[in-house]
Amino acid sequence: MGTAAEAFKGFEKYSLKKNLPMVEPLAPGHRACQGCGEVLALRQVMKAIGENVIVSSATGCMEIITSPWPQTAWRVPWLHVAFENAAAVASGVEAAYKAMTRKGKIEDTNTTFLAVAGDGGTADIGLQALSGALERGHNFVYLCLDNEAYMNTGVQRSSSTPYGAMTTTSPPGKLSRGQETWKKDLPAIAAAHRIPYVATGSPAFPVDLMNKAKKASLVKGPAYLHVYSPCCTGWRMAPHLSVESARLVVETRVFPLYEVIDGQWILSRDIKKPKPVEEYLKPQRRFSHLTAEDVKTIQERVDANWERLMKLIAATTPEDKTE
Amino acid sequence: MAKRLGVEVSIAVAEAAKQCNVDVISAYPITPQTHIVEHLSELVADGELDAEFIPVESEHTAMSTCVGASAAGARTFTATSSQGLALMVEILYIASALRLPVVMSMVNRALSGPISIWNDHCDLMLSRDTGWIQTVAENGQEAYDLIFHAYRVAEDHRVLLPVIVNLDGFTLSHVIEPIEYFDQAEVDSYLKPYVPAMRLDPKHPITMGPVGMPEVYTEARKAQEEAIKAARPVIAEAWQAFGDQFGRYYRAVESYQMDGAETVLITMGSIGETAMTAVDEMRSRGKKVGLLRIRLFRPFPVEELRKALKGVKRVGVIDRALPFGASGGPVAAEVRSALYHQTDRPFVYNYIAGLGGRDVTVENFEEMASELESLEKSELTEFYKIINVRE
Ligand SMILES: Cc1ncc(C[n+]2csc(CCOP(=O)(O)OP(=O)(O)O)c2C)c(N)n1
Ligand code: SF4
Repeated sequence: MGTAAEAFKGFEKYSLKKNLPMVEPLAPGHRACQGCGEVLALRQVMKAIGENVIVSSATGCMEIITSPWPQTAWRVPWLHVAFENAAAVASGVEAAYKAMTRKGKIEDTNTTFLAVAGDGGTADIGLQALSGALERGHNFVYLCLDNEAYMNTGVQRSSSTPYGAMTTTSPPGKLSRGQETWKKDLPAIAAAHRIPYVATGSPAFPVDLMNKAKKASLVKGPAYLHVYSPCCTGWRMAPHLSVESARLVVETRVFPLYEVIDGQWILSRDIKKPKPVEEYLKPQRRFSHLTAEDVKTIQERVDANWERLMKLIAATTPEDKTE
Repeated sequence: MAKRLGVEVSIAVAEAAKQCNVDVISAYPITPQTHIVEHLSELVADGELDAEFIPVESEHTAMSTCVGASAAGARTFTATSSQGLALMVEILYIASALRLPVVMSMVNRALSGPISIWNDHCDLMLSRDTGWIQTVAENGQEAYDLIFHAYRVAEDHRVLLPVIVNLDGFTLSHVIEPIEYFDQAEVDSYLKPYVPAMRLDPKHPITMGPVGMPEVYTEARKAQEEAIKAARPVIAEAWQAFGDQFGRYYRAVESYQMDGAETVLITMGSIGETAMTAVDEMRSRGKKVGLLRIRLFRPFPVEELRKALKGVKRVGVIDRALPFGASGGPVAAEVRSALYHQTDRPFVYNYIAGLGGRDVTVENFEEMASELESLEKSELTEFYKIINVRE
């Protein structure tokens, strides 16, 4: 396993004006809902990684909408096995390529091995397989498309569902305010495995996301991408608000964009004057039952999380590396 | 030339996987399977086997990595027992549906609870309907030989299905037996390198494991059923080739002392050896008793059994798993339904024996054989019984 810094040497960043990739490994002919932020994020990541890739997909929305036989939206090799094992399957594909290359059965093709799963397939049922694969140091990229609930089975809560959100298994009621627990911090859990590269992304910041996806693919060893992925259907939100909510979540500091490169925490986008969280919560009906008191509690938590992140950055990155 | 060595059967199984030059091994320990993957890890550590050895965090991942690796074009191997099998069973269905020639040795052990590390066939039966070809070894040599056979069958483009090679825990896996090891050159001429029919390759993108809507699901399942049935002649052919090369001829159903047999016992796995001793005893006393041993459990050898049981009066099927609330043991149920549509069919009775490591003795087999005659003539309400139960 090499360092991320080594892998990024000579990396030419994508920029809006000159070199956005033209490839579309994920074809437009798929069956996602109108305004699906998850498929938008997936498309951006796939464009950045390119066509020399093998994708292992977990069960979930992105698997279902791209592969109803005899159709496929995948122009690159793609394999779906089950819900909780995307990281394990990618480990196998990677190990096979390693062994077969070493034994001279195939040429060294420098292929990227990508595992894709939703927040349920990552934070809950798939966490063990993910942890195992990160610990073993496979050379692969893990992409968590976080739409903050189990959408494929009809909007049930996951451990990545934010506090207060309404889902079909965390309904607000006389004794409940919706989801009662706080969102599990998956990027921090991934980073705790001391892998070379962890990053968060949002499809409202496509160039940032694409650069992170490309960097993840360059790393020799495990890389983890956690991408905020609006789901209009599950969040009870109009389709045209997807990108807007993906922007607001960053501008309110609810979902900060950062990277963890070889253990150094680096902010990708400083939010000097954050908008109040209420602006982010308001357009989504999953939060419509929340009281002013609840919103205040959430604001306090967001502020505390930001402070914590700043401390991590200061502690691990002595000079100011903020971009 | 092949050489004979006294070795633990688990070690021989690992050596067979090595001689098959596997590319990826996925390993998670569970008694009594552990010695197999431990030995493989040593072979990899010493550079005697060039393979990726993945020490995974669970059996679920062991099978998932095998599926990923096999889909990428690698020859893969893993081993498990009991609870480990139970944890990976979800992925067994998918390995066979994806038509991936993964090979696994299953060292048979009882399932919890109560927790037991000793042998029976609960795990074998738990994997029974997963679409894997299943062979069952009776002794150490077979446990070794069947690995080569497994890869040859699994990777044949007329088959492309995963294979489980079953061997009994402890009573077989941990026993030291004289095993005839083959020369590598002989193995190489029996087993050609794995050529995948399809594999994950960015130069030729394919989609594997898509969604099956109701319009296609039944057809996909039927195709799989046809594939495992079509594997029958290939399995036999691979045994024929094995015999021609190594001098040991194997069949789906092995018969012992079947000439003129009126009473027949049917076993699967290592207790067949004890049963043979019992049959010899009874034959020496003039009793017309024979023995059938099932070596191929999936696809189930219906025709072979019908043929072997022609003219037989009574059959005692010994099962080593107890399916709760069913009409008897799983092997007996299959034997009965294989015979049912014949007008001239033998009386079939089922003994459940040897659960969780309980011994099945020569005397037990003798009692079964002699009891069958009286049972046949009596009014029965139950067609099975658990033997050796302490009351
Ligand atoms: C072992 C198992 N348990 C449950 C399911 C049912 N299931 C399929 S997808 C899914 C939820 C997917 O949620 P997530 O991973 O967040 O992805 P999303 O659909 O939201 O993109 C569930 C519960 C399953 N397929 N397998
Ligand atoms: S339910 Fe949500 S995540 Fe799934 S396809 Fe629709 S918008 Fe996308």
